[in-house]
Amino acid sequence: MTFMGGSPPSASSPSLLRMSRIAKSFGPNRVLREVDFELKAGEVHVLAGENGAGKSTLIRILGGALAADNGMIAIEGGPVRFRRPRDAADRGIAVIHQELSLVGSMSIADNLLLGREPGRLGWVDRAARAARARGVLERVGLRLDPDEPVSALPISSQQLVEIAKALSLGARIIVMDEPTSALSEPEVRRLFARIADLKAQGCGIIYITHRLEEIYALADRITVLRDGRVVASRPAGELPVGELVRLMVGRSIGDQAPRRAAAAGTVRLDLRRCRVRGEGAGRRPIVEDAALQVRSGEILGLVGLEGSGVSELLWAMFGALGKRAEVEMEIDGQTRRMSSPRAAIAAGIALVTNDRRRSGLVLSMDVVENATLAALPRFSPLGRLRRREEIEHTARTAGQLNLRCASLRQRVATLSGGNQQKVVLAKWMATHPRVLLLDDPTRGVDVGAKHEIYLLMNEWSRQGCGIILSSSEWPELLQVSDRIMVMHRGRVAASFRGGQATAADLLRAAMGHAIHE
Amino acid sequence: MNDGRPDQHESIGALERSAASRLRAFLSSPSATALLALGLVLAIGVAFSGDGAFHKWATHRDALRQASVYGILACGMTFVIITAGIDLSVGSVLALVAVMFSTLSIHEAWPPWLAVPACLALGGACGAASGLVVAKWRIQPFIVTLAMMVFARGLAKTLSGGMKVSTAVQLPDGSWTAAPVPGIFRLIDSRLLGDNISVVSLVFLACIALSWVILSRLRWGRYLYAIGGNEEAARLSGVPVAAMKVMAYALAGVFAAVAGLCQAAQEQQGDPEAGLGYELTAIAIVVIGGTSLMGGRGGIGLTLLGTLIIGYLDKILSVNAVPEASRLMLTGVIIIAAVLVQRRKD
Repeated sequence: MTFMGGSPPSASSPSLLRMSRIAKSFGPNRVLREVDFELKAGEVHVLAGENGAGKSTLIRILGGALAADNGMIAIEGGPVRFRRPRDAADRGIAVIHQELSLVGSMSIADNLLLGREPGRLGWVDRAARAARARGVLERVGLRLDPDEPVSALPISSQQLVEIAKALSLGARIIVMDEPTSALSEPEVRRLFARIADLKAQGCGIIYITHRLEEIYALADRITVLRDGRVVASRPAGELPVGELVRLMVGRSIGDQAPRRAAAAGTVRLDLRRCRVRGEGAGRRPIVEDAALQVRSGEILGLVGLEGSGVSELLWAMFGALGKRAEVEMEIDGQTRRMSSPRAAIAAGIALVTNDRRRSGLVLSMDVVENATLAALPRFSPLGRLRRREEIEHTARTAGQLNLRCASLRQRVATLSGGNQQKVVLAKWMATHPRVLLLDDPTRGVDVGAKHEIYLLMNEWSRQGCGIILSSSEWPELLQVSDRIMVMHRGRVAASFRGGQATAADLLRAAMGHAIHE
Repeated sequence: MNDGRPDQHESIGALERSAASRLRAFLSSPSATALLALGLVLAIGVAFSGDGAFHKWATHRDALRQASVYGILACGMTFVIITAGIDLSVGSVLALVAVMFSTLSIHEAWPPWLAVPACLALGGACGAASGLVVAKWRIQPFIVTLAMMVFARGLAKTLSGGMKVSTAVQLPDGSWTAAPVPGIFRLIDSRLLGDNISVVSLVFLACIALSWVILSRLRWGRYLYAIGGNEEAARLSGVPVAAMKVMAYALAGVFAAVAGLCQAAQEQQGDPEAGLGYELTAIAIVVIGGTSLMGGRGGIGLTLLGTLIIGYLDKILSVNAVPEASRLMLTGVIIIAAVLVQRRKD
């Protein structure tokens, strides 16, 4: 399948990197279990897996940002030990993240040669510096003025500058984590050509992507991670698409998501059009002309891989992206302008974000203060707080949600993940929403809390709420949703009726595979 | 509320905590630490009483009076710091208001019921201007209020012509005469209850009480804590973040104005150079009390304790005739020690 130049490495190619029996847990959560991974010189090795399969943890361990609990890393046969990212860089490992690590305000040459300027006694030799920078840039096929500031370059060139920097530091193992998420099609082709050059120069490349077409355009070898284990590691030619998708999703479906009788009523929310600009100049839009409807009592599943725009779409509908988003929307037949979250709450919308610690809770405040925050005017007529009513509401809701805490005056920072999420839900119960936007509400919560969250969703839909649910737990989402829409690169790529799709269908659509029916 | 589910009893029962666990919670709170620090300072005062001066009520009365202007500034600073901001302009706003108040009361003969509100409005406007720039253009509070600090000082000097605005009045023939000290000046500078407490101290305590109501009893206060604790979560919960920030800085300005009124009355003049470095003392008071510069944590009770700690420390050093140079060095050491002790609690 490799059509990019260079012959695929043979079995006898030297092993550049070998990670064996890598294990890592975060608390009780085992993220990686006995993972083996090998990278050969001149090879593009794709690391595939669903969100949360353990890919980024493995990469962070390789990059020295995280220490493994167990296991060994060997580079060109010699065991190594990384205590910090610098150690990994010294051994020739470069991780190119989605967020680039260049200093935008500095020139290309400054970024490339930071700390290694040619010259004597602190006197910079500008001509030598420019010449050296040009040489470094040529290795990745860039012809640029080294004195230009990095921020003036398009993202794709910045990425190449970062790769050039890694090469000039002697990197032979290059990790690219979703490098194309912000790139246009021609830029993607340019990047692929450079990857072919790198292979020819004997580098090994670990490539992470959610796009099937990229996997098969680039990969010499594919390793599939699922729930922290390697479930397959084969040459790309021996792993057809269907098999790959099956391996990625082949997870047992628990019964955490109880079934419910669907009863859809009138249209609650009608999103006519939504567009979200990318951040920074020249980036492609994150959401392009998405449209959807949710009826009262209906649960609409919204699915997409990282970077597909699902979260941004939900944020835009909640008025939380400000001027970056253009939204035309009706709620119960009335046109509403979502200028701010405040306006959205007034219009009866609630948003449970996918990161409760960053955007859901005020960790320094207690359970009561968090639970009433979004509906505070109701608990403080004329501005004076009615503590008694606040506590009564919180106690009642805590009972309904089975919230476990030592005291309602306890800081939410000290609660477990599942209980923290229940506090977030209690906050939105207080606002009596008509439309609920739930962005991965069961992320990182235990099975019991998960079950209660789904029960609450059912209760909400029974009361006539329209619910949009995004989740990284697809089997559960398939169970509870009446309809499912799949997003790919900012567009709605497919939609399914509940009960008629499988996780594999969703994954294929989410990875940009055309649906043939 | 009671449908017989056992879990519910558990969560509601948790409301009522045992006396022992409350005591434990209190002992690990910033209030306990600040109280302990104050107790320590007072103990030092008893040990080194400056030949018994520390045992006289007049010493305590004066300690409180001298700390009051700083304490009033610290009240306003508390609002801003709770939102994770900072206000460097309060010392300059104090001077601006002192100049304005003196000019209006002595030379323009405005009655107090007009001059006082005008001065408070001026202070509030300075603060609101800073708050608006911080909230709308998202410039760091440090920079914005640094600019306001310089600007307000310049305005104070412009209004006063660079001179102290005092009761000295030059007559047309070139000779000088003294205008009467306005009644409002004398009132603020007087003592009540048989000479036992200064009016300035009462003003300070009133500021503390007002701040407590806003921070602990009003919706606004809750919003300020939410913004300081997690601005993004606050915004996504519908908190009017920009308006609340403007309010916090405006309050800091109003309290700076109150401090300016007190300062002018005590000095019987409006000095455009007044309040130099006061903002730093106010910040030190808030931090020593235990309110976190990271925002979201702390309270006005802590600021009261912080004011007393700084005030008494200064008084004890002065009754023992410790030279100012040593006092400054000691204060620096104590600020660091206080912050280290507070950090342990997190």
